[in-house]
Amino acid sequence: MSTDDVSTEAVSTDDGSWLPQVADPATARPPAAVRPRLRWPDERLPGRASPVPAWLRFFHSELRLVFGRPRNLALLGVLAIVPVLMGIVLRLNLGSAGGPGGPPFLNQLAGNGVFLALVVLFLTLTVLLLPLSVGVVSGDAIAGEAGHGTLRGLMTVPAGRTRLLAVKYAAIVVFCLAACLLVAVLSLIMGLILFHVGSVTLLSGTTVSFGAGVLRVLAVALFAAAAMASLGAIGLAASTLTQHAVGAIAGVLVLTVASEICDQLPELSAIRSYLPTHYWLSWDGLFRSPVDWSGVEHGLVSYAVYAVIFGAIAWAKLTSADITS
Amino acid sequence: MLANAVPANTGLANTGVGAGFALTSDALTKRFRNGQLAVDRIDLAVPSGSVYGFLGPNGSGKTTTIRMLLGLIQPTAGSHAMLGLAMPDRQAAALPLVGSLVEGPAFYPHLSGRANLARLDAADSTADRATAPARIDAALDRVGLLAAADKRYKAYSLGMKQRLGIATSLLRPRQLVILDEPTNGLDPQGTREVRALIREIATDGTTVFVSSHLLAEVEQVCTHVGVMRAGRLVYQGPLAQLRGQAGLLVRTPKPELAVTVLSELGLAGVRQAGQEVTAELGAMLPEVICERLVLAGVPVAGLETPRRSLEDEFVELTGEGFDVD
Repeated sequence: MSTDDVSTEAVSTDDGSWLPQVADPATARPPAAVRPRLRWPDERLPGRASPVPAWLRFFHSELRLVFGRPRNLALLGVLAIVPVLMGIVLRLNLGSAGGPGGPPFLNQLAGNGVFLALVVLFLTLTVLLLPLSVGVVSGDAIAGEAGHGTLRGLMTVPAGRTRLLAVKYAAIVVFCLAACLLVAVLSLIMGLILFHVGSVTLLSGTTVSFGAGVLRVLAVALFAAAAMASLGAIGLAASTLTQHAVGAIAGVLVLTVASEICDQLPELSAIRSYLPTHYWLSWDGLFRSPVDWSGVEHGLVSYAVYAVIFGAIAWAKLTSADITS
Repeated sequence: MLANAVPANTGLANTGVGAGFALTSDALTKRFRNGQLAVDRIDLAVPSGSVYGFLGPNGSGKTTTIRMLLGLIQPTAGSHAMLGLAMPDRQAAALPLVGSLVEGPAFYPHLSGRANLARLDAADSTADRATAPARIDAALDRVGLLAAADKRYKAYSLGMKQRLGIATSLLRPRQLVILDEPTNGLDPQGTREVRALIREIATDGTTVFVSSHLLAEVEQVCTHVGVMRAGRLVYQGPLAQLRGQAGLLVRTPKPELAVTVLSELGLAGVRQAGQEVTAELGAMLPEVICERLVLAGVPVAGLETPRRSLEDEFVELTGEGFDVD
């Protein structure tokens, strides 16, 4: 049987589709040389042939860019050192630690290593390590491309301005998740190594199993990641406003510090709950039984509103901007 | 129509000849926010299959025009079309068919040449992932960078960077390639290589639009030229046309008689200056003219067919040297 026979048979099954219609695979497969021409009109390029969606390929490339950058890896490295250092320092000072005014949950640390994760998350948020990392990655997102001149290359590919922004933000969210989970998981491991481990006594006095305690810690990490993702949207918007990544990064940090200061001023109590950082630490409800979701819920709504507003600013700016970098 | 030079700003783009042109613009104008008129009502007509040299001194609006053509910046007024597709409305369809290098190469310094091309290809939603490695290697091979493909971009020499920039426009079959100052900063050897590349791209039938402020660099490869001066397109047409008609110069003690003979022969622009008579040579052969003059009793002391150099034409058009840095 010649190849001509194969193609004739394949054509004879033509009903507008080139999917195999015949049970015998040998006769169902159209000749390779014919297939693309029939599937795509001449003027269209053979795109979308790969089973991997194009946006996923772009997203993967963006993730490789974010997680392949030495600077970003250094930031994650610093974040990874904090649980180790804090674990060791707190273990050595176990007896003397725990006066009033220290981070919450510090007093419980002696009783259970799970709380190390909460202490470290609290510290990395308030000492600006997490906001700094997220600020660097998000502030660099568009401004960095503009600074390198690679933005015009992406635009003429064309990557699509809205599509580029969506992929950039998705990668920022992944970075936020990675950073917060890295801190939480490493803290849990250090807690396991350095401290007593067992069932967890909650703030409400009830006791849950170690596994349930770990789950609650991971929930805190996700809540922190959501806060960082919201900050990432602010950074992304700042990033579309300048060609200098450093400016955008500084802007995010200044905003964070200003918001945290305003949150402390009694004169501003009326607007406190509208500040972007107000709910960053309102996770203690997760350590009550039954769980008090109100703080988390308020926080998530606040984060979502900030993400939408600043996402819209970023979109409006980038889709209308002249790319002169 | 194309056989003749098209004077600038005659609205050729309006005449509905889009099919024969890879690139047309109609009164394309860009006024920057500071009020500076960078590009002033230019009507480009780039014939399909041509190598179009876009010439002009630095600061004459070449790069701004190219940015508008590629949809990077928005025109203040006017319109343009690429490959018959109106821009910027149809840019998602047009840009994948257009390769470009705008204002010098720009890549991620910490990535290799290959990784940089992979990044741009991943951003292209119409590119086929399955064929990407082969296409990327083919593009690198064409610009002679395959051996240095895995070196980091920051370790590349200026010539290699420039060539990698050209490689991005060769990642897939293109109908139009736009190169902005591709020979900038290259040594004579590198310039020769780029010229050879342009010739090679053009032999595939791809239209090449190449800008330069150095006439000599593109003169040898161009079939058509457009000349910019202070934001205006002061000349557009086939290169041969610009090169100018050869003139005729007759030196004789009887200039009045020579004027009569030359006028009877139908030569245009006959002028007398002392003992010299000049005219446009047109299609007439100099040996025929000489014979007629002698037969008519004109003592020919000398006969020349001076040709103005292209450089002279350009200097006249642009009013200044081409290398004003």
